[in-house]
Amino acid sequence: MPDASSPLLPPPEASLLPLEVSSLCYRAEQQLLLDNLSVTIESKGITAILGPNGAGKSLFLRLIHGLLTPSSGHILWNGQDLDLATRQRQALVFQKPVLMRRSVAANIDFVLQSRGRQARQQRELILQRAGLARQGNQPARLLSGGEQQRLALARALATEPEVLLLDEPCASIDAGASLQIEQLLQQSREQGVKILLVTHDTGQARRLADDILFLHNGRLLEYSPAAEFFAGPSSEPARHYLEGRLVL
Amino acid sequence: MTDFSDAFSLALALILGADADLVEIIALSLQVSLTAVALSALIGLPLGAIIAVARFPGRQLAAVSLNALMGLPPVVVGLMVYMAISRAGPFGWLGLLYTPMAMIIAQTILVTPIIAALTRQVVEDMHREYDEQFRSLCLPMPKVVGALIWDARYSLLTVTLAGFGRAIAEVGAVIIVGGNIDHLTRVMTTAIALETSKGDLALALALGLILLILALAVNAAVYGLRSSAKSLAYA
Repeated sequence: MPDASSPLLPPPEASLLPLEVSSLCYRAEQQLLLDNLSVTIESKGITAILGPNGAGKSLFLRLIHGLLTPSSGHILWNGQDLDLATRQRQALVFQKPVLMRRSVAANIDFVLQSRGRQARQQRELILQRAGLARQGNQPARLLSGGEQQRLALARALATEPEVLLLDEPCASIDAGASLQIEQLLQQSREQGVKILLVTHDTGQARRLADDILFLHNGRLLEYSPAAEFFAGPSSEPARHYLEGRLVL
Repeated sequence: MTDFSDAFSLALALILGADADLVEIIALSLQVSLTAVALSALIGLPLGAIIAVARFPGRQLAAVSLNALMGLPPVVVGLMVYMAISRAGPFGWLGLLYTPMAMIIAQTILVTPIIAALTRQVVEDMHREYDEQFRSLCLPMPKVVGALIWDARYSLLTVTLAGFGRAIAEVGAVIIVGGNIDHLTRVMTTAIALETSKGDLALALALGLILLILALAVNAAVYGLRSSAKSLAYA
């Protein structure tokens, strides 16, 4: 098992970027769900992954985080294969937050302890930043949908990730809760965290993203700066998607 | 019918008068069964959780074997333990036969598969929900097992209760390895069997009532605990 302190690995301060994905394919039950996807992401800031349902966005996120193994192709983070040390420098927030059957504070403590840290002060700071300082003793699963998602994000940030992966973090929460999540993401970006954000919300992508990956039917159709993408996408499915038309 | 009502009145008198023999039998029963359940939980909870979480060759076989062992006949367990600890057995030199320790060993063997098999089911269901999150956090196996056992604690309390139910109500194994010796290894179930065969229904009935009250009290306590856990979304 790789050791984070191994001299063969890049020093901890070396960035995980660029992310180089080449000829990535993923098959499940004879179906090709990701088809020969190649992309190099070097930019800092927020990369939004857009596309209609079934495009392969969540799958792509799980593959680059190592939760799934590609059928073929390569994923390199700063030239290194996806190993334990690399994965520990990332965090993933799921669309449906998986909160433990504990208090809000205990959910944060669990992650801090798993990373060998146990500072009450740090936990308080994290909760305060997420606007959950007053809910510390409440059962995590009794929070509102928006609060649960903020806690999931706060828990991910407690691992101090260099790369934060988010799978539709604002799906099925109200505008106020979305705003709080977006503010947390902006703060993280300012602190140098690279963010890859899967979203269906083009408005959110316009507000947050520095560049856009557009997927359709398991293929990468576009990867361009956000301003360029929204000014005039080069592919027809992306144009239809932005116009709010059904993309088949 | 009169015999029955007389026996019932006598039984109540024994209970209300805190009859010394009755108290001694109840105390030994609780001591033996609670110790056996504690030992079984110590073995069964982590064992069940590891089988639920780990992926290794023969995992399915281990799960099926645990399920099958839930139905171990107490008399068979009693016989096996008897053979192991009797004077001619491999552990005869320990001098455990006809002692409360022998009864604890027999009940532990009976209860451990129950706790392990039910724990595996409970933890496997919860692991399905937590798995991706835990893998994303790159948690080592002991941390995953510990977290799942803690988060399933209220369900596992019910599992442990099922084990206690088996231990306290069991007669076949403890009578073989304990011998039902007065003031030494006589527990509620063996006493009920003996007193009934002697025709002394009062003591048998009193012990039967205590057994029922115990079962009711423990169930009520766990039900209350689980209800409050559910209201906090911890169960």
